Amino acid sequence: MLDFIKTYAPQLIVAGLKYTIPLALISFAIALVLAGLVGVLRSYHPQTTGLKRLPWRLLDAVLGVYVWAFRSTPMLVQLFVVFYGLPKLGIAWLQPSAWLAAVAVLSLNTGAYASEAIRAAISSIPDTQREAAAALGMTDRQTFVRIILPQAARISIPTLANSFISLIKDTSLASTVTIVEMFYLSQQLAAATFEPLQMYLLVAALYAIFVTILSIPQRYIQRWADRFVK
Amino acid sequence: MLKLENVNKTYTEHQALKDINVTFNPNETTVIVGPSGSGKSTLLRSLNLLEEPETGTYTIDDQTINFNEPIDKSTLLWVRRKTGMVFQQPRMFDHLTVLGNIIEAPVHVLKQSKADARKEATKLLEEVGLADTAKRYPYQLSGGQTQRIAIARALAMHPDYLLLDEPTSALDPEIEAQILRILKQLANEHESLIIVTHNMEFAKNAADRMLFLEDGAIGFDGTPDEFFNHPTDRINRFLNAYKI
Repeated sequence: MLDFIKTYAPQLIVAGLKYTIPLALISFAIALVLAGLVGVLRSYHPQTTGLKRLPWRLLDAVLGVYVWAFRSTPMLVQLFVVFYGLPKLGIAWLQPSAWLAAVAVLSLNTGAYASEAIRAAISSIPDTQREAAAALGMTDRQTFVRIILPQAARISIPTLANSFISLIKDTSLASTVTIVEMFYLSQQLAAATFEPLQMYLLVAALYAIFVTILSIPQRYIQRWADRFVK
Repeated sequence: MLKLENVNKTYTEHQALKDINVTFNPNETTVIVGPSGSGKSTLLRSLNLLEEPETGTYTIDDQTINFNEPIDKSTLLWVRRKTGMVFQQPRMFDHLTVLGNIIEAPVHVLKQSKADARKEATKLLEEVGLADTAKRYPYQLSGGQTQRIAIARALAMHPDYLLLDEPTSALDPEIEAQILRILKQLANEHESLIIVTHNMEFAKNAADRMLFLEDGAIGFDGTPDEFFNHPTDRINRFLNAYKI
């Protein structure tokens, strides 16, 4: 067993460092930006009435459809649509490389979930905070940016960390669009060595190790964010 | 001067304010009393435009707001700066230190420099007896302490009028007394205070003027002497309820 690990772990780890981790980190960075934008825009209710409200309603509906679409279809199917399906349209700029397809789907999917985490965190801040800020003469915008968001950010951390962990493991789906990341490599090695049990247990262990290491920063971020609560 | 004329406010089915006509003079302490649900808080919150009545007018100094029309943003912010508010619960900004809570609006609304705002906040903290708490977070303080900080936070904005909505109702009598002493001090300095409270002892001692509200209407508007020493039947019944 030890020999097995010594022989195959290094190349799997290299595949992990070259593909799995960059895919996860890049996709998560994009997903966070996306989730922040969508979560904030969907939480913002301008105090206007009548027609002025319409663009906001429309935007909320469009973003709602995005979140709904990505949360209600399997990520594997989304990946196939983007990588195998879109090129059939014959549009020049819709011929994503495997990398682009994987990053796009991973970040759009994670962004949809994470935006709901951010929206939930924002709506969990009691309205009394908004009122207290308003009573001090702060504008809606100041109140949102300076009072609501910092408190909501703290609350969203555990859920976002959860999304990140899921994302690290979901990078294994990239194997289906020709990216030889950790899992794809393990499949090839399993076929060559006729040792599927040992090989897949090994790659499972490596995923667990990656997830554990990448989760360490969460502890410190959470500790910092919790500085103002008991 | 704050003046409400013919003001009405309705919540779905309940009329919270019925044709209110009242003027609040500067440099006076007005105490508003009345049974629960009588419209005291709604009246106070209307002065800060946290509630917007449907009809009537609101005159501040020489500017008149007509509640029949939408209030534009700059007017809204102007009114909020004229009138500071202290709520029943202190409503600290939990993510900011005590000092951060006090300087937040002076720095970002009044555009004071941080140094000036800090200096003034420190002075205000001394006045409410909490100079040593500047760097603490709200969760590290008691309810009475945070309420004193909420008062300092409102005063830091130099409002023309300080509105207080049952500021001591959630506190035990000893802590309540601490807060009321601070308010009494402010009253003695001729700050313009409008206080909703159930504490009749405080009203007797600090009020320049008493308002009694019932069912959304003003049932009494006059001096504390009249209110406590020559009450009408209804007010007598109200006052007797405080004697056990």
